[in-house]
Amino acid sequence: MNAVEVRDLAKTYRNGVEALRGISFEAGSGSVFGLLGPNGAGKTTAVRILCTLSSPTSGSARVAGHDVVRERRRVQENIGYVAQGSTVDPEATGRENLMLQGRLQRVSRDALDERADRLLASFGLTEAADRRVQGYSGGMKRKLDLAMGVVHGPRVLFLDEPTTGLDPEARRSVWRELTRLTREEELTVLLTTHYMEEADLLSGRVAILDAGRIVARGSPDGLKSDIRGDRVTVELEDEDRTEEAGTVLRGLDSVVDAATDPESGLLHAHVTHGARAVPDLVAALERSGLTVAEVALSRPTLEDVYLEATGQTFEEAAEAAGDGEDAGVRA
Amino acid sequence: MSRLLRFARDLGPLYLREVRYSLRIRAYLVMSIVQPILWLILFGQLFGAVGRLPEFEDATYLAFLTPGLAVMTASWSSAYAGMGVIRDLDRGIFDRLLATPVSRTALIGARGLHSATVVMLQALIILGTAFALGVRPPGGLEGVAAVLAAAALLGAAFGGASTGLALVVRKEETMLALTNFLVLPLLFLSSLLITRELMPEWMARMAAFNPVDWAVTFGRAGFRGQGWSAYGTELLLLALFAATCWILAGRSFARFRRRE
Ligand SMILES: Nc1ncnc2c1ncn2[C@@H]1O[C@H](COP(=O)(O)OP(=O)(O)OP(=O)(O)O)[C@@H](O)[C@H]1O
Ligand SMILES: [Mg+2]
Repeated sequence: MNAVEVRDLAKTYRNGVEALRGISFEAGSGSVFGLLGPNGAGKTTAVRILCTLSSPTSGSARVAGHDVVRERRRVQENIGYVAQGSTVDPEATGRENLMLQGRLQRVSRDALDERADRLLASFGLTEAADRRVQGYSGGMKRKLDLAMGVVHGPRVLFLDEPTTGLDPEARRSVWRELTRLTREEELTVLLTTHYMEEADLLSGRVAILDAGRIVARGSPDGLKSDIRGDRVTVELEDEDRTEEAGTVLRGLDSVVDAATDPESGLLHAHVTHGARAVPDLVAALERSGLTVAEVALSRPTLEDVYLEATGQTFEEAAEAAGDGEDAGVRA
Repeated sequence: MSRLLRFARDLGPLYLREVRYSLRIRAYLVMSIVQPILWLILFGQLFGAVGRLPEFEDATYLAFLTPGLAVMTASWSSAYAGMGVIRDLDRGIFDRLLATPVSRTALIGARGLHSATVVMLQALIILGTAFALGVRPPGGLEGVAAVLAAAALLGAAFGGASTGLALVVRKEETMLALTNFLVLPLLFLSSLLITRELMPEWMARMAAFNPVDWAVTFGRAGFRGQGWSAYGTELLLLALFAATCWILAGRSFARFRRRE
């Protein structure tokens, strides 16, 4: 059975913004589904609709078998929701936050004490449990958010950018906890992220969302292998001539496409056959008097999947969205 | 689970959260206790001489002022109940709770209950201070009960109105400006500090439509031991007003949940 089923879901906000333009996907029970997309793609909008906090303009969605518009209460009984920003109560202690959430999710009192202890321990919060949350670090707050999201043992857990804003260490530890949770509990997870690495690492299936539309979907490996060829990254001795080098490469048969990144001064080329293309490529550049400082060959990443589907990089898309980093953080 | 059962289950934990909050914010706690005492002393001293005018039937101005100040404190502290709503909105706590099956009535009802508790405690502090300053309620225990009921009803009403307003404006600054703008005139367009006989004609007439004045009239008549006939109408009006405020708050909450 599918824990989440989304059909032609569309959402136009009152201000006229078309945040979702008809998306469809499903997440099988017990799986981790990643919704990947740049700022402003519509990830939060989708999650808020699935968690009954927002209504779709058209289309439908079922969560744990219940319609998100007509059976709101049923949906609410079956889900855990961890919002994009932390939503802990800073005036309460970690344990109090967890206990209140559990009570309101109708966990019985006896079961709750035990459950809270266990969750606090597994998230490494036992020591801080009886301190007020306002003194917690960002990572600790995020872990508490997660613990609160699963305190009642939901069937479907929604995580909206669970690690954005965390330092690499905290991010890895949240990933560890998530992996453990999905292994130990019978849980379906729908997580949104704009970290390719995160989607790749955690999810069995991903959908890439761009400007309210799904532009690619499948397993991370499947998506990557759908892209023919490899990626070659070139660094020139003379960074100012990167554009010129791009033109040279685009003229070669073995190069499908080449793009320059003005920020890093790097040249990214999409080639049909990495091993054979690299010598050609270097030779061609040298012939034009361009000295190569470094060449790296890599398998495609989800970023490349995105680039292939939309013709722009993630960063470009986020900038084009106009509202930058904090778009919809808590709209 | 029935609505009522869910309400009963959820009200307790949510109410305790409000109580915990007001106990933990030290400044809030101190202010809530010191302010009513300060007002009683300041206003009592400032207008002491006025109390000797023939229009005042109480033993002292302080005795006249005591029920009024209980109502004033109640209006003041509950009118800001909506600030707590906005705080929770900004922190994403409201949305987190709305994604659970929690009783929606309990979610805002807990705030009303908390408002009423706070203002009753403050009214008790005022009554205690007045007692220490020599004020004896002619109405005895009935008088004390009337003052507490007046404060609680008005507190609950303003708490509801403020909650409803907060869910519409959703912005701290707007909320503060509106509350300040609305509450002060209501307080001064009443017989809180001065008898109706001493007010200008137009003000006295407006006061008749002012819930603060209903609460003052009801609390004061009870405090004086004048009996039901003296305050029945005001009590009824006040109860209706409180009910209306909460119906509006409920409407505004329902609208808030459909905002997206
Ligand atoms: N409440 C709202 N009212 C109006 N427009 C909104 C609202 N929430 C989001 N939007 C707009 O809808 C679009 C999608 O926003 P959404 O928050 O769903 O994106 P996102 O993928 O979650 O982005 P991010 O990675 O920045 O969190 C954006 O253009 C945003 O400005
Ligand atoms: Mg978002």
